[in-house]
Amino acid sequence: MMDYATLLQVLDTTLRLATPLLLACLAGLYSERAGIFDIGLEGKMLAAAMAAGAAAALTGSAWAGLLAGIGASLVFAALHGVASITFRGNQLISGVALNFLSSGITVLVAQALFRQGGRTPPLTGNARFNPITLPGAEALRDIPVIGPLYYEVISGHSILVYMAFSIVPLTWWVLFRTRFGLRLRAVGENPAAVDTAGVSVVALRFAAVGITGILCGLAGAYMATALQAGFGREMTAGRGYIALAALIFAKWRPVAAMWACLLFGFFQALALRPDVVQAVVQVKVPVPFLDALPYILTVLVLAGFVGKAIPPRAGGEPYVKER
Amino acid sequence: MTMMKQLLGAAAALALTAGIASAEPAIIFDLGGKFDKSFNEAAFNGAEKWAKETGGTYKQLEMQNEAQREQALRRLAEAGANPVVMTGFAFGDVLNTVAPDFPNTKFAIIDMVVDQPNVKSVVFNEHEGSYLVGMMAALASKTGTVGFIGGMDIPLIRKFGCGYAQGVVAANPNAKVILNMTGTTPAAWNDPVKGAELAKGQKSQGADVIYAAAGGTGVGVLQAAADEGILSIGVDSNQNYMHPGKVLTSMVKRVDNSVYAAFKEGTEMTTGINVMGLANDGVAYAMDENNAALVTPEMQAAVDAAAEKIKSGELVVHDYMSDNTCPAASF
Repeated sequence: MMDYATLLQVLDTTLRLATPLLLACLAGLYSERAGIFDIGLEGKMLAAAMAAGAAAALTGSAWAGLLAGIGASLVFAALHGVASITFRGNQLISGVALNFLSSGITVLVAQALFRQGGRTPPLTGNARFNPITLPGAEALRDIPVIGPLYYEVISGHSILVYMAFSIVPLTWWVLFRTRFGLRLRAVGENPAAVDTAGVSVVALRFAAVGITGILCGLAGAYMATALQAGFGREMTAGRGYIALAALIFAKWRPVAAMWACLLFGFFQALALRPDVVQAVVQVKVPVPFLDALPYILTVLVLAGFVGKAIPPRAGGEPYVKER
Repeated sequence: MTMMKQLLGAAAALALTAGIASAEPAIIFDLGGKFDKSFNEAAFNGAEKWAKETGGTYKQLEMQNEAQREQALRRLAEAGANPVVMTGFAFGDVLNTVAPDFPNTKFAIIDMVVDQPNVKSVVFNEHEGSYLVGMMAALASKTGTVGFIGGMDIPLIRKFGCGYAQGVVAANPNAKVILNMTGTTPAAWNDPVKGAELAKGQKSQGADVIYAAAGGTGVGVLQAAADEGILSIGVDSNQNYMHPGKVLTSMVKRVDNSVYAAFKEGTEMTTGINVMGLANDGVAYAMDENNAALVTPEMQAAVDAAAEKIKSGELVVHDYMSDNTCPAASF
């Protein structure tokens, strides 16, 4: 069996790996709830990671990196918005195009700036978001069970991790308890009704896409300035797509999204510890199978085995005022 | 007369193409990228050294995805590049089919044996170099547990891991070696995030020296080791400088010398299998001012003694690729 210390270590890794998924997943949630499908989460994260890594390396400040990351991500979000809202283009194609654009342009810009083969220089000190020890973590450490849990798992992450998890209740509140949230959800279900009520569909959708940009910026900056010390080619490694899978798995609900991302993060953490998995299930499980688990689960959900995932009704449809 | 003219013309055209054919050497970098600070970068440095010394120019191509392999190879051969050097075992199958189509072009492949008359296959005795750094890791470890993080799970990387494990056990029979592979696809050569997490996982299992044989992924391993205050071992290029005082040593594979030699021989390159080991300076462990404080004279003496024994043939390090088994580790 797995001992408690090992479990804590796996959970610690889970939190670290779930954070970029969670931020990207919430980003997708806002956009898709407003009726704009966004395949381009990956590209936005990548652009943000590059901008954050570059700005942090140039200024020596992780916060400057974060701002630059959000800025870069917002530019991509704006492009997606113009293509899919203003010009009513196909949202999937726009997203895919932005992913390709991001994949190339990040390496190009990083190479032009630093001449290190498309990497940004390694970050040290204040150019990174360093782990912070939560108050009382040292003092509570010796309390059995809860002490180590608090010290090892909850405490000792960068501030972006805590931001990510506090955005979950915030998102729930915004979506389900504010007028803006009601309209946002309505515009994803029935934009004509929103329009009839005299609220601008275009403005609401742009707002949603903008929030998506900010959250993807946080995710990318976390990758480059907290999880790693700098940007590297294709460093997001498909996390934007896993986040989309988590979004479907969570049926477009914020709290469920958090659990889905934690579950997928847990699978990623387990894939790093095949020895632990083997000890628990008594059979040697191939690592690629563990890597594939998030996708397998998502397919099961889509196939209707684990409840039914119904996307926002107007998702993917550009809104045309009169037909 | 017209006949003669045509013949002369054909001969002239032939001479012309021959002239182009002897023009430039070329190099293709594998998916890790030219600046992976490791394997491909070593190859690049070799090519640059040749260019600087001779003032010559060379063609180069960086692979972006798996599908480009054959196309890249054919394009360079058709463009008249000679010799064409490629880095990485993954070119093996493709080169085997392409080489016969260009009998007048010489090819050199690093890390793989391709049995064609116009191909030079350069392979390294990585197990010998890894054995030495494995000894060093065991001697530097305080916990008695050391780690190994490989890139893509292929026999070549297991050869690194196997040599390493043998060295560890030779220096400390009670030592424990934790072995991890990053993945099973070529993407595993460039996933520093996963490398860093693997390193943190190994540290939590007690490892305090981690050897990364993982191309660009190793950047993340070295970073995580430095963050966590443990030692790491670089690979292929000398990576000691990346985190001074925190990288114990690097298992240097003189890919640069092989590329340099291939370029220098040019179209006259000798073909066949070329094995680079400890004896002919193909592999080594790196010492410089960045790791001088980490390696004690006793450690260095022990490792050097083992190196002499390997060179003389007194000590034979088991090569994983010879029979796909490893006496010191299970994969």
